[in-house]
Amino acid sequence: MKKSLKLLLTGVILTSLLPSLSANAQAKLRGKVSIDGSSTVFPITEAIAEEYRAVQPRVRVNIGVSGTGGGFKKFLVKETDINNASRNIKDKEVKKAKKNGISYVEVPVAYDGLTVVINKENSWASNLTPAQLKMIWDRDSKVKKWSDIDSSWPAKKIKLYGPGTDSGTFDYFTKAINGKSGRSRANYTKSEDDNVLVKGVAGDKYAMGYFGYAYYKENSKKLQSVAINNVKPTEVTINNGSYKPLSRPIFIYVSKDGYKKPEVKSFVGFYLEKAKEIVGDVGYIALKDIEYKKAKESLKTLEK
Amino acid sequence: MMKEKTEILINSNQIEKKEKSFATIHPGRRRAEKAFKWISRIMTWSTVFILLVLLYHLGKEGWEYIDWQFLDSYPSRKVAKAGIKAGLWGTVWLIITTAVITIPIGVASALFLEEYGVKGKIGKLIEINVSNLAGVPSIVYGLLGLAVFVRWFNFERSILSGALTLGLLIMPVIIVATREAVKAVPDSIRFGAYALGAHKWQVVFYHVLPVALPGIITGVILALSRAIGETAPLIIIGALAYVSFVPESVMDEFTVMPIQIYNWASRPQEEFHQLAASGIVALLALMLTLNFIAVFIRIKTTKRNIQ
Repeated sequence: MKKSLKLLLTGVILTSLLPSLSANAQAKLRGKVSIDGSSTVFPITEAIAEEYRAVQPRVRVNIGVSGTGGGFKKFLVKETDINNASRNIKDKEVKKAKKNGISYVEVPVAYDGLTVVINKENSWASNLTPAQLKMIWDRDSKVKKWSDIDSSWPAKKIKLYGPGTDSGTFDYFTKAINGKSGRSRANYTKSEDDNVLVKGVAGDKYAMGYFGYAYYKENSKKLQSVAINNVKPTEVTINNGSYKPLSRPIFIYVSKDGYKKPEVKSFVGFYLEKAKEIVGDVGYIALKDIEYKKAKESLKTLEK
Repeated sequence: MMKEKTEILINSNQIEKKEKSFATIHPGRRRAEKAFKWISRIMTWSTVFILLVLLYHLGKEGWEYIDWQFLDSYPSRKVAKAGIKAGLWGTVWLIITTAVITIPIGVASALFLEEYGVKGKIGKLIEINVSNLAGVPSIVYGLLGLAVFVRWFNFERSILSGALTLGLLIMPVIIVATREAVKAVPDSIRFGAYALGAHKWQVVFYHVLPVALPGIITGVILALSRAIGETAPLIIIGALAYVSFVPESVMDEFTVMPIQIYNWASRPQEEFHQLAASGIVALLALMLTLNFIAVFIRIKTTKRNIQ
């Protein structure tokens, strides 16, 4: 008994003292880049961090996914250097930043097109107007059947799927379609996991839902996207802005205190350099070159 | 425990028998017995069946990606390059730290409560508290951990914060299991040791604890198995989703396998869902390994006691 306890203890102490053997002599920079925030932006930042590791292996890039709002809570008490955000910073958060003496820059990194999807077999609703979408999704919406929108459509119940109310996608969609962020009907199937929404719409002829373009692109064989005012969401229409009003930029917020650290500065520089070729890999749409250039310019204000 | 119960049952049956013939009270008792046996059997096998179906599905989906590369790579946007190294090491670090912190505290608390005891109202209060703690949802521990360990103690988003939080979560389980194990140690052992002039702590440490050890280890296995699968409290205290290094001390940031798995499962690409299944297989394998080690220790210690 005593012996085995001793053995166990020595084992534990040894493991905790064992240093990592993955030293790399060529690395120039060391340090830590703390990132948190939106799960929508996460795949992009993760992909960039993965590439960055090949360049600067001794810089530890940590990414959490607390959601845009949860991430800002940490960002605004200086716990993180960068916040992934799928929406702009809110007035409340700006006030808090001022109170805590935090300066930051908003850096757009890619476009996402919120995609309204219907079942493959749906032959009537492949083109909708924002007004029709509002009829369906607005608070206290009276729409229960497809025929409530257009009397020539089937008198079948619409089954609605959408993201939960904590998500940036929900905020953006409700603002763009219903006029106010958070203004939405409540009686639809909500899930934070977009794959659940995909399955729901793919399995029901009379269903409708909305989520980020990446999830549509991956499941385009199972789903049909809805054109808004005759424009279908594609890489081209999202990038050139003709897919309205549901294409949105997504951001990273960089704090001034963080940017003073050479490793954070180097990471953000690398991010903007590589974003264009990487965002497509994870299902997002790159900004125009001039927009990346502008983003780089805006970072200079942090150097003062 | 069980033995005592059945004895009591038999006794009460005998008492009834004296008053009326047992057969007249329960005319169809043989058929009832048979039916009950079958129902129990079906229930047991259906549990096993569900487990087997689960394992089959996981194995079928997850097996493809499991190789050394998977275990020795960091997360990647490309499925072929992605691996669970950060989560695997994070989980190992976290569980060992949790065990080192929790087991001594839990076992010592239980020994104290059982062998020395606190009398009166305070004793009852402690007892109620311990059993209440066992029922608190894990996310609440996450909030507590964030407020106390991460912010107040300033341990930040480290393995130590995570281990302390999980420690709180599983402490009641360990305490309750240890108390039951210690309770089951026959008094004759204690009296024997006292009779030979042993001091109380000698009795507890050299006689009660070794006999109770197998029971304690079972409780510890259950508790740590629960801790290994926890996600919610760790996300709250700020465990990360992307980490590209192996922790080197308990003050390092970390991720754990369940978070990595969840992250993959919520990706749009189908291949990442398979990767999540591979992650689950790896997690199960790790858990079984830890359990195996614990069982091994249990067998070893039990043998020595018999000698």
